[in-house]
This record gives sequence, C-alpha cells and structure tokens, in this order.
Amino acid sequence: MGKLFAVVLTIITLVSAGLIAAHVWWLPVDISTIGPRIDRQMDETMVATGVLFLSSQLILACFVWKFGDKRDGGKIKYFPGGSGPLIGFAIALVGIEILVLSFGGSKVWAAVYMTPPEPDALHVDVAAEQFAFYFRYAGPDGRFGVIHPERVRDGNGNYFGLDPANDVAARDDVIVGTLTVPVDRPILLTMHSKDMIHSFYVPELRMQQDILPGLTIPLHFTATQAGKYEIVCTQLCGLGHYSMRSFLEVLPPDQFDQWLKSQSGD
Amino acid sequence: MRLKYVVLPVVVVLAVSVLASLAGPPADTGTIEGKVTYTGTPPKMKPIDMSKEPICAKEHNPPELAQNVVTGPGNALQDVVVYISAGEPPSPAPSQAVRYDQKGCMYIPHVLPMQVDQPLQIYTDDPFSHNIHPVPKLNPEWNKSQLPGSPPIQTKWSEAEFIQVKCNIHPWMHGYFAVLKTSHYAVTDNNGSFSLKDLTPGKYTVTSWQEQYGTKSQEVTLAAGETKSITFTYKATPYLY
Repeated sequence: MGKLFAVVLTIITLVSAGLIAAHVWWLPVDISTIGPRIDRQMDETMVATGVLFLSSQLILACFVWKFGDKRDGGKIKYFPGGSGPLIGFAIALVGIEILVLSFGGSKVWAAVYMTPPEPDALHVDVAAEQFAFYFRYAGPDGRFGVIHPERVRDGNGNYFGLDPANDVAARDDVIVGTLTVPVDRPILLTMHSKDMIHSFYVPELRMQQDILPGLTIPLHFTATQAGKYEIVCTQLCGLGHYSMRSFLEVLPPDQFDQWLKSQSGD
Repeated sequence: MRLKYVVLPVVVVLAVSVLASLAGPPADTGTIEGKVTYTGTPPKMKPIDMSKEPICAKEHNPPELAQNVVTGPGNALQDVVVYISAGEPPSPAPSQAVRYDQKGCMYIPHVLPMQVDQPLQIYTDDPFSHNIHPVPKLNPEWNKSQLPGSPPIQTKWSEAEFIQVKCNIHPWMHGYFAVLKTSHYAVTDNNGSFSLKDLTPGKYTVTSWQEQYGTKSQEVTLAAGETKSITFTYKATPYLY
C-alpha cells in the first residue's frame, strides 16, 4: 500500500509539474511594456517553487517507498535529533526563497506603483460602479470637470457627478463605456468607485488593481499591441458581479485621435 | 310563457347597451387637448453606450439616444405625462394590467402611466438577466432579478407618485412609472400632443410632468360637450445634468 502511494504521488507530481512547465494553461498574450518583466518574475517564481515542490514530493515518495512500514516488527528509526532540525531547515529554506522572490519582485512592483507615469501620459478617469466601468477623457480643452459625488445620477448618464451648467471644464468631457487608448503611449488611469470595492483586471496588461470607494487610485501602463481585450471586475461586488466588464480597445495613434475627435463632437 | 318575460327585458337591455357603446361617450362630456412645448435650447441627447452588453450594442446600431428629453417638430416635448390632478374624485383602479417591457437593454415604454392599485406586469425579452429596481419615495422600494425566460413580475403601486426605474445590471437603463389617482391621463407623442377625453363639466387642475423639467399646472373650466385646447411650455436648458 505504501509503495502504491509512492507511485501515485510521483505520477501526480510529475504530471502537474509537466502541465505547468509546458504552459498548457498559461497567461494570455502580453501587450504591455511592463509585461515581460512581470512574466519573467512569474517564471522565476514558478521555477523556484517548482524545484521545491518537485524535490519535496519526490523525496517524500522515495522515503515512503524505501522506509515504509514493512510490518516486520522492526524498530522505527529517526533522523538524529528528531524532527526539530528538519522543520527548522524547511522553514529556513522556504523563508529564504520567499525573501529572494520578494526582493526580486519588488523592483517590478515598484516600476508599476512607485514610479510616476511619463509626463506625456494620456489621463483617463475611471468610475466603477455596480456593475459597470465608465471612462472619462478631458476633451478638447484638456481639462477635466470637477467631480461632485452628490450629483452622480445614472438615470441621465451623469456617472461622474459633473456640473456642466456651472463648470465650463466639464462641458466637453467625453464619457464612454469602453476604454480606448492609443498604442505605445503611456496611459494614466485614476480610478474611483461609486459604491463598493471593485477591481480593474486586464490579463493581457498583466494588471489587476482594486478600486475602493473614497480613494482615487492611480495606475499607469503602456499598451504595445492594437486589439480589443476584456476588462473584468475581480472583486465580488454583488448580484451582477458576473456581468461587470468592459473592453480595452487599443488603436493606432491616428485612429485614436480620430475616435476621440468624433466623441468630442457629440 | 314565462320565458318571454325573462328573455324580452334581457334583449332590450343588451340592445340599449350596444347602442350606447356605439354612440360613444355621453354628449355632455368634454375634452381637454393640447400640446407640450419648450423654449430655449434642450440638451443634445447622447448615444447610449451599451458596449458592456454586446448583444444590445449590436441590436441598437446606430446606438439609441438617451431619452431624458425627447423633442419633436415645432419644439414639441415627447414623453410628458399630462393628467387631471384635481377636480374629480379618485377613479377606481381598473383590473386590466399595464405592461412594461425590458427589451434590448431598454425600458419600453420609457414612461408608463398607470393608476393607483392597477396591476402592473413587467416582462423581459432579453437573453440575459436584468435587475429591475424602482426607486419610489412613498411606496415600498424593491429590486428583483429577472432571468431570461422568467415569467412577468406582477405588482402594483398603492400611492400616487412618479417612480424612477433603473436596472442594477445595466446602468444606462432607466424609465419612469407615473402612478396616478385619475383615469384621465395621456403621454405626449412626438408632436407633443395629448388629449384627455370623457371629462364631465367642471373645473379641473391639469398637470404636466416631464422627468427633467418637473411639473406645471393650470386650471381649466370645461362646459358640457366642450373641447378646450391648452399648452404647457417648459424652459429648456442645454445641460442635462
């Protein structure tokens, strides 16, 4: 029975590691400038944890195979010092690995969160609410209208709480339901939530960011491939959470300019 | 012999009823009709962005415009509820239900008038869920999910008020229930026209309500058989918010 367990354990270990190594279920295509660094970090993490996973499981299988109870009444043997030193060794090994990965990963993390966006970044304001995302562009005047939370009213499309009657800058703000951006240009998002926690997740950008009510949360990226990608909310936010999604449309710069101009004309 | 005493009056009563119905309303009733218009510049309605629900975005191509202020030829205002707000006793609730549809991520009609305690049926024709959420101030508030193919929601409202209706899944969906005490009401068409018929002679307060611009009222005294023409004029502002 012990030997059967060792065989099954070995098979499960090798098959599951093989599936990950072969990238059978892997990340979608990467379309952001930060993506390669995040993917490399992911690879390093998978290799480091994979080596530990494989070695620990295979050693376990070997020990079960070789030292399993032979039911011959023989004396049970222990490592010198009992299990204490082994546990200490395991904690030190895993701890060192976590520290190394964290230090390595912190550089990538800082490149996203601790580095300011490029000065020429296109600023898009994002409002998340049950159960949709809305995106706001400054319009031809290059200035955003001031947000008045008490003026937010979905019924007349005032998702951001603007006051165009009294605020000139708000009059040309462009508000749409799809995030349209030009390719190869830095984008700065400032994100707000109207009601509860939501999350902005675009797997192809390798970006996932929670949006909390009461905070303005910045996020910046540069998309490198034109195309249409899904934006999904990844925080369970209520009954319609499953339907809370939008799209990221990355356009060539000239098409983007044309698109923004057509929206401003309305 | 006895049978003819029973049959004859029944036939007479039926014949009189049929003739009465063919003749239309009694000659001593009157009509208030007219038009709702605006002055100034109304806001330009923007196309509704339904990209979140691709089936609806595909169905409405080019996109539907928002319906907060719908105008017609000659400065007409559409979707304005015009009704008798005073001058008559409350009308009993009819048993016939009014119907409200959710179709292609839109509420149809945009403004649905009904009487207090009149049965209301809310249907969905869409192949995905809606969550209908009326926001009353006097009646109890509720919101209910309707899965594709669900039977209609059966309900009614016991207090008169204008109730905004929204969908908790599709934020652009919005409409209104106009719950009225009177049976004399109309919603203006694209020419801004309305007609309140079968009014007995008397002094009435006629009120109009538009979702963006609110209510206006005027007194009308109606004589027997008279048709009076009135106009409601709203001052439009170019900004919707």
